[in-house]
Amino acid sequence: MKILVPVKRVVDYNVKVRVKADQSDVDLANVKMDINPFCDIAVEEAVRLKEQGVATEIVVVSIGEAKAEEQIRRAMAIGADRGILITTEAPASSLTVAKLLKAIVAEEEPGLVILGKQSIDTDNNQTGQMLGALTGMPQGTFASKVEVADNKVNVTREIDGGLQTVGLTLPAIVTTDLRLNEPRYVKLPDIMKAKRKPLDKKTPADYGVEEKRSVTTLNVAPPAEREAGITVSSVEELVEKLKNEAKVLS
Amino acid sequence: MSILVIAEHNNSELAPVTRNVVAAAQQIGGDIHVLVAGKSTDSVAEEAAKITGVTKVLNSVADHYEHALAENLSNLVASVASDYGHVLAAATTTGKNFMPRVAALMDVEQVSEIIAVESADTFKRPIYAGNAIATVQSADPIKVLTVRGTAFEPAGLDGSASIESLAAQEDAGISEFVGEELAVSDRPELTAAGVVVSGGRGMQNGDNFELLYKVADKLGAAVGASRAAVDEGFVPNDMQVGQTGKIVAPELYIAVGISGQIQHLAGMKDSKVIVAINKDEEAPIFQVADYGLVADLFEALPELEKAL
Repeated sequence: MKILVPVKRVVDYNVKVRVKADQSDVDLANVKMDINPFCDIAVEEAVRLKEQGVATEIVVVSIGEAKAEEQIRRAMAIGADRGILITTEAPASSLTVAKLLKAIVAEEEPGLVILGKQSIDTDNNQTGQMLGALTGMPQGTFASKVEVADNKVNVTREIDGGLQTVGLTLPAIVTTDLRLNEPRYVKLPDIMKAKRKPLDKKTPADYGVEEKRSVTTLNVAPPAEREAGITVSSVEELVEKLKNEAKVLS
Repeated sequence: MSILVIAEHNNSELAPVTRNVVAAAQQIGGDIHVLVAGKSTDSVAEEAAKITGVTKVLNSVADHYEHALAENLSNLVASVASDYGHVLAAATTTGKNFMPRVAALMDVEQVSEIIAVESADTFKRPIYAGNAIATVQSADPIKVLTVRGTAFEPAGLDGSASIESLAAQEDAGISEFVGEELAVSDRPELTAAGVVVSGGRGMQNGDNFELLYKVADKLGAAVGASRAAVDEGFVPNDMQVGQTGKIVAPELYIAVGISGQIQHLAGMKDSKVIVAINKDEEAPIFQVADYGLVADLFEALPELEKAL
């Protein structure tokens, strides 16, 4: 079967972002960008399923600025076969992304769509679930284990109290959690090979999707700063301070 | 317009976070209805009816609602959502799972994990692992919101709402519950605990967490962990505190052997008092700690246990 893997270009997870002085947004000028870590895990899982003979082809798609081609090429270097890049003028909302993915699902008819559980910029955790609603496909979110058998996929999910396993009828959607796998490093020869893999460049209009933006950002502010703390020299002093100064112990 | 809150429960008890979500609904203002869906939920519905500010409880009972499968739960919520101005659920793994499906079925965007209500259409939410707070305004006719429980004080329990049954929707038949492995713990639930003691990579192995458990038991605290400690296999993943784990905001958070990566800080920096115990005085955790102790945790933890 074919696997579709949507990937997102986001700020590198090690970067501590700063808010712009006019509080219109965070400042992303000259900041290192990378593939969203959860998307990296999604690509890795798709490639492993191909190595196991479960998947026959991996199509990777990214929606956003033209530079997202770098993230598609990276996914191709790991093992994706071809790419689709849909460029938008501004970052698209989760619902718009889900609608574009729905159109691609209709065209490509994948057996599985594997997405990251959330992107580390907007922290929305929505797109996979929304795609499920729009396509009528079942979803296995926050996956830490994926097993495909016949026309079903069993997904073990990380939930608040522990783990839950659900059985989904294919085609289905999986969103990846951190512990699904350890993404491999990309090798230089594979990076060179990835440059020759096919990439389709599209716009939302090609799919007849209008960009929906009903939620607008009015302001982006830095979080409240914590007051500077003190260093204590011993456990006794720590307990004394917690009891008498902070009054959180009795 | 009325507000619909989707209750979280385990088919016998209402999850406490539901009261935090009702508190957020109170700030929006309007009649608050609570939807309880599950396998046998009469006792849960009765609990929900007692929450202050709730005027009606909708109780929908069907076998296929037992495990809150997103495909079935979202269809049920969407079947009544058009009667409401707002639909709210907790930003737990359950709420995060089904709510975006509800939003897409209603063709509206979702505002995830709100931490403050500015007005009926304007909310604050953290982005970039809590390194920025966005104020967002929704023009959608139905506002679908998930709520960070720790950001709202739980609503009281002096209500007496009426309970109505709500017809179940058909089983979507595309997903099924196969099994679950729930962690068993006598300690308080992590997100609701007044005191949290967390360990990181510095604990070195799972056995050493015993040192933390002893301190936690003296304090009546829950035990958490950094991603490093979970990835190393010291403790199960449901103990992870951080951007991609649980968000906690206890009165007292004690971080032991945790360096303080931004992804971890995103999960605990709204704690009232933060204590860091780390042998590396350069560790970033000391920048957010109210009280820092530079010490070897293997000496400090037994001393702390004795001193409590």
